[in-house]
Amino acid sequence: MFSRDAWKEIFETIQKNKLRTFLSGFTVALGIFIFVVLFGMGNGLINTFNEFFKDDATNVLYIFPGRTTEPYKGYKSNRRIEFDNSDLADIKKNYPMFLEYITPRISRNNLVKYKEESNNYSTRAVGPAHQFAEKTIIMKGRYLNVEDIKNKTKTAVIGRLVEKDLFNGENSIGEYIDVGGSVFKVIGVFQDEGGDNEERNIYIPYTTRQLIEKNTDKIDFIITAFKPEMGYVGAMAFEKTLDKFMRSKKYISPDDQNALFIRNVADQLKQNQQFARILQMIVAFVAFGTIIAGIIGISNIMVFVVKERTKELGIRKALGATPRVVISTILVESVFITAVSGFIGMFLGIILLNSLGDKLEDFFITNPYLNIGMAITATLVLVLFGAIAGYVPARRAARIKPIVALRDE
Amino acid sequence: MIEIKDLHKSYKMGSNSLHVLKGINFKAEEGELVAIMGSSGSGKSTLLNILGMLDVADEGEYILDGVPIKDLNETKAANYRNKFLGFIFQSFNLINYKNALENVALPLYYQRMPRKARQEKALKYLELVGLKDWAHHLPSELSGGQKQRVAIARAMAAEPKVVLADELTGALDSVTSYEVMDLVQKINDQGNTILVVTHEDDIAHMCKRIIHLKDGVIEKDEKVKQVRASEYV
Repeated sequence: MFSRDAWKEIFETIQKNKLRTFLSGFTVALGIFIFVVLFGMGNGLINTFNEFFKDDATNVLYIFPGRTTEPYKGYKSNRRIEFDNSDLADIKKNYPMFLEYITPRISRNNLVKYKEESNNYSTRAVGPAHQFAEKTIIMKGRYLNVEDIKNKTKTAVIGRLVEKDLFNGENSIGEYIDVGGSVFKVIGVFQDEGGDNEERNIYIPYTTRQLIEKNTDKIDFIITAFKPEMGYVGAMAFEKTLDKFMRSKKYISPDDQNALFIRNVADQLKQNQQFARILQMIVAFVAFGTIIAGIIGISNIMVFVVKERTKELGIRKALGATPRVVISTILVESVFITAVSGFIGMFLGIILLNSLGDKLEDFFITNPYLNIGMAITATLVLVLFGAIAGYVPARRAARIKPIVALRDE
Repeated sequence: MIEIKDLHKSYKMGSNSLHVLKGINFKAEEGELVAIMGSSGSGKSTLLNILGMLDVADEGEYILDGVPIKDLNETKAANYRNKFLGFIFQSFNLINYKNALENVALPLYYQRMPRKARQEKALKYLELVGLKDWAHHLPSELSGGQKQRVAIARAMAAEPKVVLADELTGALDSVTSYEVMDLVQKINDQGNTILVVTHEDDIAHMCKRIIHLKDGVIEKDEKVKQVRASEYV
């Protein structure tokens, strides 16, 4: 039945019934097109979510001091909590099995000058481990090291854009810059995937900052990383332990929400991943709904097509077409139309996704894509169900006695 | 050529059963041109449908060219129809998106004849009915008489043992009817067996034998002197 002649007969039928061909083809093409675009956009949304966390390490806890809101152990309420170097040392000493690294951060805004150029930048006074927490990438020179901290050296690691602004593309390594009245030697230039703002920072040793500020030992907040092998549960336990330890050391009530705050990146990541997963499920649900709508559409058209052709099929049967030939004629025709138009819809969808690229980044859609296997599977599913949907009325048509079909005026 | 014995057929109409054919017996030899006459409801179309294997009898025997026609499933019936029978219908029943040539070639397609041979043969039969120049016209571009002539060519193209015509002039005016009957007579002259169902007296008398059906039985079976349709054309 799949002789050249049978195909010719089918092509002729398709060619001479353009409206019918167009209707069924359009339904399928549209269904697949919407599926591909929708699913691709959904993936783009999830890409955006993942991008938010690409910039920082995910095994990190930020410990922020605040202000007390209730009196505790003889201390009044509204007391300002401050961290200092001893807190770093205590955490390091008490939790060696949990701790991967620890670093303080002291943020200041400073006017920074080099020769004629000057600008305001945020300086972050940190320890060497800060490089891992922020995933800072050194482009040239080096990052702060233990010696810098110990010797309180006036060294600075500047962002790519700081170098670009101040040095006009010239080499900055070994040059001296003025940071808020003190002279620092540039030892490294970094880049960061967090974006332009991240690359306008300047890192200096925290001990140097403390020395400049009247030899204080205060720090803004603490960044600490747990060992990744501890996993999510371990991270939550570590967070709890740290919270308890800091509260007892600083005489903070266990119920005081404002005096101490720990930001757990792992927990946030998990929540966001869950949110992204739910988003993905919603998108998938809508996309599969589209496919189902497509299947229903093509089924309706098949019923209509068979109904419309009842008389023709009766004539064919009177002239010697067997039921098998009748069914296969209808099915091959419908499978051919749905397959061709399905793949047209699929490729149009993929072309649209590709042409979108990064144009929708403002709408939280990054690099929308759909893997080709998924698209082909969806198309094949639609073709298959189109065939099944066509088979039922086709079988009924093949069973109708020609005499009944011919009477159908 | 055709032999039927004690043919019965009834239709279920809800709870009632309508006995349409009540024991029909007749024989038709090769080369006969038989008219089956009867008023509406006499069972003539039912008889023709059973002869055409478009419908199945409840009881009785049907032998076509020595082959007993029984235990028909759809596939078998389709193959028999294709091999033994040609049909001409009142409403022509041409496929409207196929041109005259393709319509005539269609039964040959189901005989699995190669495309080229099919078209040559179809053209030959179109020539026989005088429509060679209309081969590439769609049915919608043809007159009623032309459509029926295409249908006759289609019925003849498969070279059937028997041609069955159901009210073949019913949708035509009298002049066209006689033209079509002229063609039928010429085909019969070449030795083809043709059965014509009609309720028109003049058409019936253009055949060689008339079977009168009434209320499901054969009332009269007579040989008549054939009136040549060409006398009227």
